[in-house]
Amino acid sequence: MTDYKKPIPTITDDLRPFFTAAKRHELVVQRCRGCGAYRFPPRELCSSCLSREADWVPVSGRGEIFSYNVMHQVYHPGFADAVPYAVVVVRLDEGAKMTSNLVGVKPEDIRIGMRVHVVFEDITDEVTLPKFGSDG
Amino acid sequence: MTLRAATAIAGLGITPQGKVYGTNQVGFAVDAVRLALEDAGLQRADLDGLLLNPGLSWADMGMGSFQLQQAMGLKNLRLTATMNAGGATAGIMIQHAAEAIAAGVCHTVACVFSDAPLKPPAPRGASSGSGSAAAYSFGRGLDAAYGQFGVNAMYALVARRHMHLYGTTNDHLGAIAVAQRQWANRNPQAQFHDTPLTLDEYHRSRWVVEPFHLFDCCLVSNGGLAVIVTSAERARDLKQPPVYISGIGQGHLGGDPADTLTSGAVLAKETAFTMAGITLDDIDVVELYDCYTFTVLVTLEDYGFCRKGEGGPFVSGGRTAPGGELPVNTGGGQLSSFYMWGMTPISEAVIQLRGAGGARQVPDAKVALVSGNGGILSTHSTLVLSRDA
Repeated sequence: MTDYKKPIPTITDDLRPFFTAAKRHELVVQRCRGCGAYRFPPRELCSSCLSREADWVPVSGRGEIFSYNVMHQVYHPGFADAVPYAVVVVRLDEGAKMTSNLVGVKPEDIRIGMRVHVVFEDITDEVTLPKFGSDG
Repeated sequence: MTLRAATAIAGLGITPQGKVYGTNQVGFAVDAVRLALEDAGLQRADLDGLLLNPGLSWADMGMGSFQLQQAMGLKNLRLTATMNAGGATAGIMIQHAAEAIAAGVCHTVACVFSDAPLKPPAPRGASSGSGSAAAYSFGRGLDAAYGQFGVNAMYALVARRHMHLYGTTNDHLGAIAVAQRQWANRNPQAQFHDTPLTLDEYHRSRWVVEPFHLFDCCLVSNGGLAVIVTSAERARDLKQPPVYISGIGQGHLGGDPADTLTSGAVLAKETAFTMAGITLDDIDVVELYDCYTFTVLVTLEDYGFCRKGEGGPFVSGGRTAPGGELPVNTGGGQLSSFYMWGMTPISEAVIQLRGAGGARQVPDAKVALVSGNGGILSTHSTLVLSRDA
C-alpha cells in the first residue's frame, strides 16, 4: 500500500460516512428523507423536494455502466503507468450515479449497459475505494 | 417593447490570438476594447457601459470589470458587471447591453472577453511549468482518485452516450473537425490557417480521452476580444455597417445533460427566433459554440437542423464545410481559429454580416445564428444577428 501513487482522496466531513462504510466493504449513498430519492455524491439538500434531511443507507452495489471514457492524457503522475484507463459512471439499481473504475475489464471491452457489482480496493489503512466488477 | 433590431454591434476588436505573450489578461482586454473602439470610429469617452466575461486567468479578480475600467481610464460608466455563465456568457453580455441600451440607461457598451492561460515556453532544459492541461483541469476530490480529471473527460462521458444511443461515430465527429479546418484555412486570423486536416489525419491524431481525439477539442488561446453595442440609430452613423441584434434568448435546462443529451438551445431558440421573426430557413450562416466537435453536433440537433440523434449523418459529406449547403463555423471556430469562449462565434458572425470574410465569405449573408454554451451542455445563449434592420 505504501507505493500507492494515485491521488488519495481527503476524507472530508461530507464524505466521511461513505469512507467509513467503504472501510468495512459496504457501499452507502445518501437517501432523501423527504422523497426517498438516492443520491451521490452527497449534497446539502435534495434538488427534487428541497428537503435537508437525508440518511446514509446501504445499497445493493449492483447497477449498470451508464457511460465511460478512456483517459489517455496523464493529468496526475500517479496515473502515468495506468494510461490508457477507463473511468466509468455506474447507475446503481437504486438510481444514484457514481464515477468509478471497472476492474478486470479492458477499456475496449467496456459497453454501456453492462451489469456490474461493487468491489472494494483498500488503498491505505484509512481509505478504501469502491470500484466495480463485471457480472459477466 | 421589442428588442428586435433596436441595437447593433458597431465595433469589433480582436487581438492577436493563440501563443501570444508579453501581456496578461488585463492587457489583452484593454487592447481588445481599444481595437473595437477604433473599428467603430469611437473614442473611450463614448463608452458608458463595460461588461466583462473573465477567462480563467482572471480567477482572483471578482471585480474584473472595475479593474478593466481603471486599467484603461474609463470615466462615468452607467453600466458594468463581471459576468460568468461559462461559454454562454458572451451572448448574455450582448443581451444585457441590448436591454440596457433599449431601456435608456446607457448608450454604448463594450462587451469583453480575455484570457492568458498559456505561459511562454520554458528555456531549453528547464521544466515546462503549467501547460494548458494544468490550467484547465479541476476537481481533485473523489473523482481524482478514479482518474477523472478535467472538462474533456466529462464531455467524453456525454459523447459516449450519444454514440451508444444513436450510433454516432468518430467519422461523424471528424467530419466536423475537417470542415472547420477547411474554413480556418481560409481565415488568416486562425491559429490553424496554414495547417490542413484530412479525416485520416484526424483519426491518427492522439487520443486525449476517448472518444475524443486531439482535434475534437478546442484550442487554448491567449488574447482578447471585444464588441461595441449601441443603439441601431447611432450605429448607422458610425464607421462600420451595423450588425443588428435581432433575436436574443437563453436556455438552461438543469439536471444531468448525460440523461437528455440536449442543450438549452431548445429553449433559447424559441425566445430568440420569435423575437427576430425568423425560422431556420432564414439563416444564412451558423456560428456555434464549439468546445468540442461533439458540441457542434448536439447543437445542430437542438436547433432543429436535423432530428435528435441524426447529427452524425447530418454533418457527413461536407454539408457544413466551405461549399456545403449549411455553412457552420466559417472562421474555423474554436477548434481551428481561436478560443475566446463565446466571443469567437459572435466575432465571426459580425465579419460575415459585414461582408468582410474575404476568402471565407458566405455570399450575401444576411442572417447569422450564434450560439453560446457553458458547462457540460449546461448553459446556453442564442443570438440572431442581421445585416438588415
